Amino acid sequence: MSESLLLDMQALRIEARGPDGEPFRIVDDVDLQLKRGEVLGLIGESGAGKSTIGLASMNYARTGCAITGGKIIFDGTDLRTLSEDDVRAMRGVKAAYIAQSAAASFNPAKRLNDQVTEAAVRHNVMGRGDAVKRAQELYGKLDLPDPDNIGRRYPHQVSGGQLQRVMSAMAMTCGPDLLVLDEPTTALDVTTQIEVLATVRDLIRTNNTAALYITHDLAVVAQIADRIMVLQYGKLVELGDTNQILHDPQDPYTKELISARTEEINTKVFTGMPENPVLSIKNVTASYDGKVDVLKNINVDIGRGETVAVVGESGSGKSTLARVVTGLLPPREGHVDFDGETYSLALKQRTKEQLRKAQMIYQMPDVAMNPRQRVSEIIGRPLTFYFGLTGRERDDAMMKLLEEIDLAPEFADRYPGQLSGGQKQRVCIARALAADPELIICDEVTSALDQVVAAGILKLLDRLQKEKNLAYMFITHDLGIVRNIADRTVVMYQGNVVEQGTTEQIFTPPQKEAYTQKLIASTPEMRTDWLDEVLRERGDLFEIDAEKHVD
Amino acid sequence: MTTVNSETARYIKPSKTLMVRRFLAEMPVVAWVGLIIILINLFVVAFAGVLAPYSETELVTDVWAPPSGENWLGGDQLGRDMLTRILYGARTTISIAFIATLLSFTMGIIAGFTAAVVGGIIDTLLSRIVDALMAIPTLILALVVISVLGTEIYVLIGVIAVLDSTRVFRLSRAIAMDVAVMEYVEAARLRGERLWWIMTREVLPNTVMPLIAEFGLRFAFAFLFIASLSFLGLGIQPPLADWGGMVRENATAIIYGIAAPLYPAAAIAALAVAVNLVVDYILARQNRSVAAAFDGVG
Repeated sequence: MSESLLLDMQALRIEARGPDGEPFRIVDDVDLQLKRGEVLGLIGESGAGKSTIGLASMNYARTGCAITGGKIIFDGTDLRTLSEDDVRAMRGVKAAYIAQSAAASFNPAKRLNDQVTEAAVRHNVMGRGDAVKRAQELYGKLDLPDPDNIGRRYPHQVSGGQLQRVMSAMAMTCGPDLLVLDEPTTALDVTTQIEVLATVRDLIRTNNTAALYITHDLAVVAQIADRIMVLQYGKLVELGDTNQILHDPQDPYTKELISARTEEINTKVFTGMPENPVLSIKNVTASYDGKVDVLKNINVDIGRGETVAVVGESGSGKSTLARVVTGLLPPREGHVDFDGETYSLALKQRTKEQLRKAQMIYQMPDVAMNPRQRVSEIIGRPLTFYFGLTGRERDDAMMKLLEEIDLAPEFADRYPGQLSGGQKQRVCIARALAADPELIICDEVTSALDQVVAAGILKLLDRLQKEKNLAYMFITHDLGIVRNIADRTVVMYQGNVVEQGTTEQIFTPPQKEAYTQKLIASTPEMRTDWLDEVLRERGDLFEIDAEKHVD
Repeated sequence: MTTVNSETARYIKPSKTLMVRRFLAEMPVVAWVGLIIILINLFVVAFAGVLAPYSETELVTDVWAPPSGENWLGGDQLGRDMLTRILYGARTTISIAFIATLLSFTMGIIAGFTAAVVGGIIDTLLSRIVDALMAIPTLILALVVISVLGTEIYVLIGVIAVLDSTRVFRLSRAIAMDVAVMEYVEAARLRGERLWWIMTREVLPNTVMPLIAEFGLRFAFAFLFIASLSFLGLGIQPPLADWGGMVRENATAIIYGIAAPLYPAAAIAALAVAVNLVVDYILARQNRSVAAAFDGVG
């Protein structure tokens, strides 16, 4: 491996204009060196400046941002001294960018080959015929099915994981020296993530490409990066070898990041199956169009004060199950009981009191709250609606709710846009609490949040559960969380409950069901040799699925 | 853990004057010009009787008399004072246009929001009715209805309101669709809120800016529409003054090089432009705040 320096950013400073018109630094005096063939992981929470630095390596700043200081020396040339045309000639050829959402990065109206070869052809690196040949070669290396013909498909004709790999092929066609990978696997299911991660890593290694790997997930970056740089508020917090960062973090912020991932907050002891469940889902079969059943004969009970995790990948039917419970989707067969009382299947026929007992918290707090309503209205409305509270009484109850979610009274006057992600989710929790429910359905409530913030939300939910004896139906794809908080776990796959039992039973090997085993094995762990180990051990389990992807 | 003592915990509702003050403070010159012209027009609507030097129907000078000290804008085709007629014309034209637009928005928004929030068969039904109405050329439909029902002012208002509401329906349905899929609307449904509450509290506040902008445009169209009806003789009936009618009645003067029809025409143009200047500013603000909201996310 060559030891020469490929990218050398010195005292990089990037500024944006705030809402008040004042410039503020989103990247503040960051030094970054990257050798040829080296992979550097950029870690930090949203707003840390990771993506901004990644794009700056190609001397690019997003609209509203400007690179205002420092040097960006790429392969011996300071990109900031080059003309825009010269920089453009280098982008996509010497340095390429892989975005988080492949689906949003492809033009749905053009065939994959046209898009994959575009940079090479437009920059006159090679002719179209050669570029296509090169692309097919890459498709093969990336384990895409039918490499010779897959390029003739349109983006919607391949799966999400495949599209992400096609995007990697697009980035690699010109044989760049530098790859910038911006959360390339975040939008993927864990089982798909493994495949993308493994192929991308192989590609980088065989081509001796240097890479900046941007992610918020330490376990993912541990598999691929040689060194890790931790960022917070645009400043460099800590830089070190992957093993050192993972096992011997020096900076308090890095320590917090690592502990947020590994912390145990589950203090409950499983006491047996609920005798009088709050929620009882009985033989539910549901479908959106009346033809294809997305839920097949589901039976799940949730007891008072119990957390039941419903896990599965996208398309497993876990969110649909929540819609059936709330009445948004009346099931085709079966019924839903609360406290032994069978509820009307349709939302409209349920009484106010029935609706009050089951509340919901959503994945994206941004769209779960009306941006034109103040916090006071958002959490005050259920108080008025269910309990008829008004005036002083309502204000007092509202203040008590804010206290319960650890927010200061002045938050009552704020609009959702003035809150951070974690604060927004707290307000959503308060809105659910305002109804004094018995069951709260948590639909991926932490997946849009940074890890440290998510840990805070989980602790809050745990505390509230103990205080109010709440039952949670916790829908998630993140098995790391499940292990920490759930009493029992329900594993779903393609509309079926594959397996359910106490969380301990589910997670303790050997698993009864192959799918559960695969799901658990696919969840990244915080050690550098995890991916190698999984790839070595993966036998028939993964091969079967690889076949299925061809469809 | 936050401690809540009774003093800090007292919750005081914030006022909305700050928002209005910021709206005015950031307004560019052109929008100010528009706003001032609108305010002058509203002033005239309110005080036409006091401001006008003569009465609406009085013959005070010669036919198409040139402007003079007594008749600042000269006389009309019968020798009435042009300035007086324009001032009274403002009252009729603007108030009818305003009431008609208000009505069309009330109907259009209620129907459009209902279609978007309820969906299904109700949406299909309403949308097809609107399609059918829109398939008939507006002016011809208006001419038929008015000739059957007569040229009373309330008929005129009703016809304009119904015809305009089809456009309002389309717009409000489209923007409400975007809002109706938001999880906060789902949360309201799950709470058990009624349709009216969802429409007025969840959907309306999030669509109000484009609707206000559309209101400005529709209002301008409404008085242009009244003007064209009057021009055809089916609008406001003489001797009541209205701008469109005045253009028609004085139109032949142009042949003799007399400026008489240009005065009411200028009044129409000025108000239409003024309304659009203010609307443009509202839309620009809206776009800016949307852009800012997206910046915040990234």
